[in-house]
Amino acid sequence: MLNTDTIRPRGPIVIDIENITKHYVMGEETVHALRGVTLQIHRNEYLAIMGPSGSGKSTLMNMLGCLDTPSSGRYEFNGKDVSAMNDDELATIRNHEIGFVFQTFNLLPRSTSLRNVELPLIYAGIDAEVREERAADSLRAVGLGDRLQHKPNELSGGQRQRVAIARALVNNPSIILADEPTGNLDSKTGEEIMALLENLYQEGNTIILVTHEADIARHARRIVHLRDGLVESDATAEQPEIETLAFT
Amino acid sequence: MQFREIISMALQSLGANKLRSGLTMVGITIGVFSVISVMTAIGALQTSIESGISFLGSNIFQFAKYPVSGGQGGRNAQKYENRRNITYAQALRYQQLMEGIARDVCLKCFDFKGQCTYNGLKTPPALTVAGSNKSFLAANSYSLGYGRNLTDEDVDLARSVIMIGKTIEKNLFPHESPIGRVIKINGHPMTVIGVLAEKGSAFGQSQDDICVIPITRFFENFGSAKRTVNIATQSFSAETYNRTLDKGIGAMRLARSLKPNQPDDFEIYSNDSLKSAFASVADVVRIGAFVISLIALIAAGIGIMNIMLVSVTERTKEIGIRKSIGAKSRDILRQFLTEAVFISEAGGIVGIILGVLGGDLLAAWLQADLIFPYGWALAGLVVCSAIGIGFGFYPAYRAAALDPIEALRFE
Repeated sequence: MLNTDTIRPRGPIVIDIENITKHYVMGEETVHALRGVTLQIHRNEYLAIMGPSGSGKSTLMNMLGCLDTPSSGRYEFNGKDVSAMNDDELATIRNHEIGFVFQTFNLLPRSTSLRNVELPLIYAGIDAEVREERAADSLRAVGLGDRLQHKPNELSGGQRQRVAIARALVNNPSIILADEPTGNLDSKTGEEIMALLENLYQEGNTIILVTHEADIARHARRIVHLRDGLVESDATAEQPEIETLAFT
Repeated sequence: MQFREIISMALQSLGANKLRSGLTMVGITIGVFSVISVMTAIGALQTSIESGISFLGSNIFQFAKYPVSGGQGGRNAQKYENRRNITYAQALRYQQLMEGIARDVCLKCFDFKGQCTYNGLKTPPALTVAGSNKSFLAANSYSLGYGRNLTDEDVDLARSVIMIGKTIEKNLFPHESPIGRVIKINGHPMTVIGVLAEKGSAFGQSQDDICVIPITRFFENFGSAKRTVNIATQSFSAETYNRTLDKGIGAMRLARSLKPNQPDDFEIYSNDSLKSAFASVADVVRIGAFVISLIALIAAGIGIMNIMLVSVTERTKEIGIRKSIGAKSRDILRQFLTEAVFISEAGGIVGIILGVLGGDLLAAWLQADLIFPYGWALAGLVVCSAIGIGFGFYPAYRAAALDPIEALRFE
């Protein structure tokens, strides 16, 4: 049951991983979280990664988000080999190329929406005036133009997640990585957030959704199932007639 | 990342824990305050002393049994105690030997338990009673207000005459001139012949509650046994000072019948020796203040480290968030280091301000010139930065080294 509404044409490959593994040593035993995953993600895809807990989807998400490096295998992001990068280079990739959206929003509680959204730009070294303008634009884009000076505790759950999405968008990243973005929201608000992500997809963003809920995953155009550290299935919605695409 | 951003982030997170940041600051403030206030006060005193307060009149040196510090306590106390007193006979002999070599020789003896009464009025007790001769005024930087000075005749005849200080005049003669009146000092009647000009106080001590009588009368009324005479000698000019001092020492040895192989059994005071005596005391106080402050600052530094470690643990999640959106390890390191340095510097600046105020207040009370100890203030700031960096580094390093995934998972 894949979403076949307006599928946008795929762009060039953004993420190219080949046979990556990850194992952790926990005391006496070694946990093999990923046992050899190969995956290619193109620009302007809307992909969901699904799997039960323990399937390795969190590990894969950390890997895709450049928070972690694989034990073996190759990971290229926009043609650059990530698996050989040091921590600082990974931080730069995260800053420039990846927008994170977390289940628990992960906003800085004492900072206003504007300051929260500005944060990636601060680390990118962008000047204050430009920064403020871009952050405000980003907040307006998610419908929070009137909440710039509110702190997270003055916002509803849905609004907080919108701030987080604005923060993810502000650096014009190559991918938006959303980890259970609706997990802490009621279903109505959850739908609103999914609608927002759909919009972003339609505007040309690449979205990777990590979830264990089929209801959420069905918004994506491609679903990758993981089980026991391996890709179990990888289904892409059929391209509808090319004609429809021409005028979208 | 821009410096301005680091500062504003540090201020924001410190502002979020005002009480905690403030208390940590106080530790540094105390350490810096103690060193700066002592250095300010000592510096002010020393400047005043070097720029002109003279204990003695100009071109004067003095011989006495006890050294400047009074010879009380210390391992040399016994040595001074066992010295022969400088007797009046020896002093007269010295005076005779120095005739024509020195402009003036002042012999003086002190008692510190004087009390004057007149017509039912009393002065406070503990007046300084000086037994001396006509040279007392010049040798001790006093001047005569009105009336007359002691004469050689007064001394030779042991006349019951007295010169009184301003305090005594104010206490006993609010409405009349004291000249020619007979007051009683510790029960002994004396005729007032002169009043000293007001001198003010030095180091918190009034110099006007003093009276001067002929030294011979002093021995009669206050006893001559166990008295040691101080001898002040004034040279004719600054040029002849050293020569006069050399001759004075020779004359003193002669008067004391010292054999050539015996060391001097008396102390020599000069303005220079008083200054250097003060300087050596000042150095000891400085070292003491420095060591105490250093200990206080180390304790305060440990306080900073402790609070920063707590802060890092509490803010693990925040660190994870920052790292996930692109903060490099060095960004995190800088942020926490800046916070530590901020606490330390803020505490230091408050300490410097309070220290200078406190030190100068003390200096003002002692009537010394006020100073601002630039060197120590600068050193204080540098030390505070060093403390902030030194004790903040480990917590900041811990923060920077956190794994972003672990940190994000932290609740």
